[in-house]
Amino acid sequence: MIWLDTIAQGILLGGLYALFATGLSLVFGIMRLVNLAHGDLIVLAAYLILLVVTLLGLSPWLAVLVAAPVMFGLGWMLQRWVLNRVLGPDILPPLLVTFGLSIALQNALLEGFSADSRRIPNPALEGASVAVGPLNLGVMPLLTFGSAVAVILVLNRIIYATPLGRAFRATSDDPVTAGLMGIDPRRIFALATGLAMVVVTIAALYLGTRANFDPAIGPARLIYAFQAVIIGGLGSLWGTLIGGVILGVAQTTGAALNPEWQILAGHIAFLAVLLIRPRGLFPRAND
Amino acid sequence: MTPTHWRMTTLTRAGLVTGGLALALIVLGLVLPAFASRKLIQDLFYILTMLTLAQLWNLLAGYGGLVSVGQQAFVGIGAYALFGGVILAGMDPLLALLLGGLAALVLAVPMAFFAFRLHGAYFAIGTWVMAEVARLSIAQWKALGGGTGTSLPRDATSGMKVLDWIGALFGVRAAAARDILAYWLALMLAVAVIGGIYWLLRNRLGLGLIAVRDNIEAARSVGVDVRRMKWAVFLLASAATGVTGALIFLQTARISPDAAFALTDWTAYVIFIVVIGGIGTIEGPILGVLVFFALRSLLADYGSWYLLTLGVIAIVVMLFAPRGLWGLISDRTGVQLFPVRRWLHGPGVGEETSR
Repeated sequence: MIWLDTIAQGILLGGLYALFATGLSLVFGIMRLVNLAHGDLIVLAAYLILLVVTLLGLSPWLAVLVAAPVMFGLGWMLQRWVLNRVLGPDILPPLLVTFGLSIALQNALLEGFSADSRRIPNPALEGASVAVGPLNLGVMPLLTFGSAVAVILVLNRIIYATPLGRAFRATSDDPVTAGLMGIDPRRIFALATGLAMVVVTIAALYLGTRANFDPAIGPARLIYAFQAVIIGGLGSLWGTLIGGVILGVAQTTGAALNPEWQILAGHIAFLAVLLIRPRGLFPRAND
Repeated sequence: MTPTHWRMTTLTRAGLVTGGLALALIVLGLVLPAFASRKLIQDLFYILTMLTLAQLWNLLAGYGGLVSVGQQAFVGIGAYALFGGVILAGMDPLLALLLGGLAALVLAVPMAFFAFRLHGAYFAIGTWVMAEVARLSIAQWKALGGGTGTSLPRDATSGMKVLDWIGALFGVRAAAARDILAYWLALMLAVAVIGGIYWLLRNRLGLGLIAVRDNIEAARSVGVDVRRMKWAVFLLASAATGVTGALIFLQTARISPDAAFALTDWTAYVIFIVVIGGIGTIEGPILGVLVFFALRSLLADYGSWYLLTLGVIAIVVMLFAPRGLWGLISDRTGVQLFPVRRWLHGPGVGEETSR
């Protein structure tokens, strides 16, 4: 019974990792850019939600509605003014710029909010749980997983069934030809990063309400997101969700054996997948 | 006009001047402990070890196209191998430095095996994950203090014969003599690594590397084995990084997994040094480490503002001068202190044809 519980917790934790990973996956899929500041942007969004909650006295759920447009704007500007300038065949410039951004963001947050760990207050649902058969599942973890599924459904709908999504896919396949058809790739890239930042804000809500966070935890979230993407296979959002679930189950199982092994077990699961299926479990993209 | 009269050279006047200057600097560096303060020696130790790490990362990223964010794995494993050798096996600390290099080399093999399955940016994060695995595994090694770390026993570090000799030579106590020894070793390591990289770049492997960096298809078409080259560069850089890590922690004499595998100290700083100075050149990291140290001294009292500034400078440099400060200088003046470009000298006339 304890094992069943461990696995259920792991699956739900996977929902959080999938939320971390979806933004990363989206941006990579459209412009082959890996944003090394992704984890720190999640932490930034968590602080933004916290700020809205404390200053305006809103509930966290409403605060997301305020924070998401702000994050969209930030992502749009970041892409338009910084990242678009360094995108190209050479992968080094975007990598180094986002690495610089990661370190700068971490220290700006440290300066602004101190190293104290914080939590977004969520009195209504904190610690609430429901009985599902023999298991007792937390409401917040369930909501997290549900949100991950919803986010992926909506994103897939946008990508495969709207003019914007068509532009995303066209730009992803061939920016030059897309440009000839009247699509401005730079605009598309900015919109995609903005959209990724909306997903980041949703991820931040769950990061911040479920556990404490501080300015230094961004890089570890980036690593989890990255592992979920690679385990699932590049280019498939559902694959990313499964990747997140595998990572989550590996971590909770490791933690059940020995609390010190939680993170290590996740890394080892990742390396094992890399060993057996170098392109992930459900690869779609070719690179 | 027979072809035998043509000869290829990488010699330039600036290169000769650099050679002379470098020799003078090395000699000055060796005798410096006679009149420098202990603080200066410690600062120079830091500068030299960071320079060595920066040159090695530059070899990987700037020439080999392998953007590793996991260099702390090799610093950490090298340092832990030294501690293990000295504490558990009673090795001589100087010999244990080489053990550090060996351990890093051994770690580099599985790391390359996994990381080379990932491309581009994913390679970067892959190396980072591997470094985390190394850190978390070492933290389980209870004999060396587990997660809290351990210190080198006093008699192991101050019992070295060479320390008495240094102490007598400069008339200093054991602690200062240890700093001088560490500084000398750092100087020799830096010279060996820079010299080694320069030698490498002027040779077959270097030519292949630069060809791969500039155009991978063209390089393949003339028979460059890209995969073997990447392996060679990765293993070489890892072993040397391991020795450097061992030396850094021999000097501090105290180790913990978080300090030895610190992303910020051993990879972030190193990347900033190379980016600000100029990636893909030997001159760049040298200039970069000086700028880095100046900034560090200036902003030492401002804590996180220092790293914030470094991050922003790195972004600005990548946006407006992607080849760094040295790129700006060398574009204006055409100077190459470490010439690797091959020149063809014609018979008699002496006119030069680029590459």
